[in-house]
Amino acid sequence: MTGFTKKARFASVAGVAALALTAACGSSDDGGSDSSSKGSSSGTSALCGKNIAFLGALTGDAGALGQNMVNGINLAIKEHNEKNADCKVNLKTFDSQGSPDKAPALATQIINDDSIFGLVGPGFSGESLATGKTFFEAGLPSISPSATNVTITQQGWTTWHRVIGNDDAQGQADASYLTGTGGAKKVFVVDDGQDYSKGLAGTVKKALGPALADSDQISVGQTDMSAVVTKVKASGADAVFYGGYYTEAGLLAKALRQGGFAGTFMSGDGSEDPNFVKVAGAKGANGAVLSAPAGPAPADFGATGLYATQAYDSANIFLAAVDAGKSKPEDINKFINDYNADGVSGPIAFDDKGDIKESKIYAYFVKDGALDVENPQAIQ
Amino acid sequence: MDLGALFGSFDNFASFTVGGLVFGAIYALIALGYTMVYGVLQLINFAHSEVFMFGTFAVAWIFVLLHGTSDVSWSLGKALPILLVAFVAAMIVSALVALLLERVAYRPLIQKNAPKLIALISAIGASFALSEAMGLRDRFAGWFGLDHKLSNYVSPGAARDVYSNPVSIQPHKLFEIGGYAVSDVDIVIIVAALLMMFALDQFVRRTRFGRGIRAVAQDPESASLMGVNSTRVVQVTFLIGGLMAGAAATLYMMKIGSTRQNAGFILGVKAFTAAVMGGIGNLRGALLGGLLLGIMENWGAAVFGSEWRDVVAFVLLVLILLVRPSGLLGEALGKARA
Repeated sequence: MTGFTKKARFASVAGVAALALTAACGSSDDGGSDSSSKGSSSGTSALCGKNIAFLGALTGDAGALGQNMVNGINLAIKEHNEKNADCKVNLKTFDSQGSPDKAPALATQIINDDSIFGLVGPGFSGESLATGKTFFEAGLPSISPSATNVTITQQGWTTWHRVIGNDDAQGQADASYLTGTGGAKKVFVVDDGQDYSKGLAGTVKKALGPALADSDQISVGQTDMSAVVTKVKASGADAVFYGGYYTEAGLLAKALRQGGFAGTFMSGDGSEDPNFVKVAGAKGANGAVLSAPAGPAPADFGATGLYATQAYDSANIFLAAVDAGKSKPEDINKFINDYNADGVSGPIAFDDKGDIKESKIYAYFVKDGALDVENPQAIQ
Repeated sequence: MDLGALFGSFDNFASFTVGGLVFGAIYALIALGYTMVYGVLQLINFAHSEVFMFGTFAVAWIFVLLHGTSDVSWSLGKALPILLVAFVAAMIVSALVALLLERVAYRPLIQKNAPKLIALISAIGASFALSEAMGLRDRFAGWFGLDHKLSNYVSPGAARDVYSNPVSIQPHKLFEIGGYAVSDVDIVIIVAALLMMFALDQFVRRTRFGRGIRAVAQDPESASLMGVNSTRVVQVTFLIGGLMAGAAATLYMMKIGSTRQNAGFILGVKAFTAAVMGGIGNLRGALLGGLLLGIMENWGAAVFGSEWRDVVAFVLLVLILLVRPSGLLGEALGKARA
């Protein structure tokens, strides 16, 4: 998922006080509670006692997503440290609030910290684009659990990886779901104008080809959807795809159903959240299809929330590098490039750009007024 | 001009217009708060958007309190009893916030005869503080160890996230205008907003207190020489603004159903714009400005695409102000005749 960047910026306009407050709470997060870096360094690998860094939103509007990721990373580290009492690895967290404005300063801190040998993150696409060059030039290997913007892996940053399918993969899958399984003849595409949303909606539009009825763009924070509803109905579309996040997606789905639209409503991973149903209401949300490049976590998985499994897998790749006795950044990077194993989120191997080779896109369904997160259907 | 060509068809045109009217009515109710306070104090109460936002939360809280947290869809008739309670609660909560604002952020400044600019800054500060306080409500509850007991109300860990009314009110189609299904909810919103406006207009024009408000608006010093308690008048003005914002919050939640800690920001800007468009300080101007803005936004969205709605609305504002610098009905509150 890309940026809550616009939201973050909006917050800085609407709430300077907020940022002051949250920054005061969040800035001392470096080295969370369970990451005292004074661990023994008498292990087998040179990386024992060193740190994995996390860069992403821990506070602010998207803070919950970053917390999910940290839970996943902590779980991986805990499992590793229990098995390797003589070679403990710790986590240092850096809270960017998901903002591309804040992330670069933290990236500098991270590359100047000699105890850090790998980065899980950055969380979002905006901050990934803002910091990618810094990490690449410093040679620090990174694996993002959640940044899906297509352009990041086109920059030639050979140290940058992600364990999640990008927006292109998702958009194409969504379009083929709509015209295939969904049986739609004419699809109306709406987005909210943000990088992530425009990218995803753009891919869907392209992949739909002649099945695209018309398109429109709303803005973040907009609540009155009546104009869009009128346009959708006038276009004669039998399905609507929305690129954006759950709040506006929910409001749009609600307004469409109340306006008498009976076709399929579909949106992407930005909307795949229980809040979508809460905003849309049971009647508005029922029948909605939400895609995500992530399958459900295994039942016995010890961390919950979107991206927890991807973060867990990302951390495990670094921990496997530790166990394999790698120490130099270029060796760790090569280890990641050659990595090939099954994670909890699916099979993990990277192509030469750092994109995950095999990404499955799942369709989640809203049934009986609830988002069914356990039984998604793999698309294609 | 061929409306059919611009809007696709005349049906669409009617549909865009009715859709705009519904939101315009809500803008107008919020705009009253800006216009009343400006009329009396020549001060833009920027924290008024937060008065509205607290009202929206009050509505959702009442539904959680009286219904519970299970997500359901009810018809307007079924939701009506709780809705009426929520209506009263939202008005009370918004009015209390407005009174608190007056007491804490304005009265000390007015008493010290501070420049208007200082009061404006105080208003902006109060707006941030209130919005963030709502976003941190889980922490406040946590101080008293109540965050888990009250978790349905304060959403621990997600207080800044969207907060929804578990009961979504399912509109019932009454009739159709050009393909737009006009629902009972739409009608209630427009009629309720018009009634509240009418009542307030009569209150200001006909009652003794209304006369006091107009007197202070015209000339605060002379008014107090004539025995008008101006502090009290200012207080009542804030109270009325709060009540109207609470009513707007209830209507908004009927239609939208969810809110968040910054929900007031955009609506506040729009309502303020509506007040300026109609002539700030003028009650009937607020109504006209609100409805006009709502319609213009939708027309802009229709002709140019939804991403242009704000551009169209604000270009229109500038054009109106160029021709009529004091707004469409540009008559001040004090000059309203009894």
